[in-house]
Amino acid sequence: MLAMNYRGPYRVRVDEKPMPAILHPEDAIVRVTRSCICGSDLHLYHGMVPDTRVGTTFGHEFCGVVEQVGPEVRNLKPGDHVLVPFNIACGKCEFCQQGLFGNCHESNAQATAVGGIFGYSHTAGGYDGGQAQYVRVPYADVGPMVIPDWMDPDDAVLLTDVVPTGYQAAEMGGIRPGDTVVVFGAGPVGLMAARSAWLFGAGRVIVIDHIEYRLDFARTYCPAEVYNFREIDDIVVFLKKQTDSLGADVCIDAVGGDAAGNALQTLIGTKLKLEAGNAIALHWAINSVKKGGVVSIVGVYGPTGNIVPIGNVVNKGITLRANQASVKRLLPRLVEHIREGRIDPKAMITHRVPLADIADAYHLFSAKLDGCIKPVLLPNGA
Amino acid sequence: MSENLVDTSTIRGWGADANSDNDPTFPIRHREAQETRGLTWTRPTQQDADVEILQSVEHNRRPAVIGTSTPPSGISGMIRRYAFRRSESDWLHWLLLMGADRLNVVEGVIDDLGKGHVPNIPAEMGARAEWKHNKKGLVTKAAVLAGLTTATILVFRARRSKDEAKPGDADMLALSPPETFS
Ligand SMILES: [Zn+2]
Ligand SMILES: [Zn+2]
Repeated sequence: MLAMNYRGPYRVRVDEKPMPAILHPEDAIVRVTRSCICGSDLHLYHGMVPDTRVGTTFGHEFCGVVEQVGPEVRNLKPGDHVLVPFNIACGKCEFCQQGLFGNCHESNAQATAVGGIFGYSHTAGGYDGGQAQYVRVPYADVGPMVIPDWMDPDDAVLLTDVVPTGYQAAEMGGIRPGDTVVVFGAGPVGLMAARSAWLFGAGRVIVIDHIEYRLDFARTYCPAEVYNFREIDDIVVFLKKQTDSLGADVCIDAVGGDAAGNALQTLIGTKLKLEAGNAIALHWAINSVKKGGVVSIVGVYGPTGNIVPIGNVVNKGITLRANQASVKRLLPRLVEHIREGRIDPKAMITHRVPLADIADAYHLFSAKLDGCIKPVLLPNGA
Repeated sequence: MSENLVDTSTIRGWGADANSDNDPTFPIRHREAQETRGLTWTRPTQQDADVEILQSVEHNRRPAVIGTSTPPSGISGMIRRYAFRRSESDWLHWLLLMGADRLNVVEGVIDDLGKGHVPNIPAEMGARAEWKHNKKGLVTKAAVLAGLTTATILVFRARRSKDEAKPGDADMLALSPPETFS
């Protein structure tokens, strides 16, 4: 079968790889029909996540048709078209039982701080991902959901990560009616967080980014007030002025370690890789939120330390909330929102790419060329 | 020490704040559903591994399901094995892994060449997309690279004629590829 093959920072290609096999009685093998490149894949692509080994296949956002199931799989059968949440979760452990499917204890040998994630380095378990024609899906009875007949597979594939992650970002903000919510980052997760903020009752939604075409998209899609931090002298002061000097009620970091906008952070986090990425979006979130406010973090940072203004968190009485999205917990609610037309995930898809062109798709997405918001790969043809 | 320091039933209003509906951490810490304490759940069947799996020292047992992609190999694998003797809270654990990742890239090129495959690095870096959508950027980068290369050669030539250095070094520098396109 054909699969994406990581060769090093900024280098990927498609190679022939062995077919995945059932390795555990709860496994399924899925023939991938759609697979996305995620903004967080760019952290891997840029070489920022430790233990990203040459030769691995990325891809944690995919849907596909079940080809084969292991002997202990009860809920799926060959032929089912399923969407597969990015979390690999057992459904039985202490954390899965609480609905913390992003924090499963039975899916990642290499680390305890994070659960297993498809195609997301050995720090997230060392699983090959879905940017391939076929993929092994462990715990197939727990994560995958059969795509309802009425649902467009383009919507389904975005339910595997960006929609629940953006939604959970807003949920963790504890938004109350009328709140001012600032979202840092106008990528797909930031867009979905901003759009979800309205569902939780926000009175004002502001999106901050530095790429004009993404801000234009946010203005109409979310819909939000948008500002380009490159055109503003000091974004924190600006946001304070916007909120009567108090600060926003809720700030959402939908950027993570690949942020732009600060030379020192870029040098230490991005170039020298001495901290777990550039944490400037988190700085801005902490410093722009009001005292007693909530900062919700869904941007991906590596597991090492970060230079973060923790003193301001203490002095301002900020609540910090953060997690990988527990996709399975949120699916029923989000399916309902899609059916009722309250969210429209597929509108974010700007590029449809055959697997063979994956190197170009990664570069396009990484370098923010051609108005790219969300690229979808079609590993087995359209 | 006695198990109960005080009889909490004698404290007026004790437990009044225990209403989990008021819990600001919900659902991140979902207390109602937390019936178990510690490693007491019925574990899934244990997967066997036919490849080397490095395991966090913070695990007291191997998770039931494991990823088997790309086991550690070569010198980078040796560094990874060493890194995994240290905990996830040890900065060196991660820095060693990052170092191993960089070395692994070189091993990947050697591996490709060993299999008779010369990697097309510009194609792997998406040069076609750059050419299609950012011609100006690509041309600028190429021009800057060419300029730097020429300057380097000139500097080395000048120095060589002064020091009568051995030939060859300038050519090697001129051949070194650009690190990235972005
Ligand atoms: Zn993702
Ligand atoms: Zn679990």
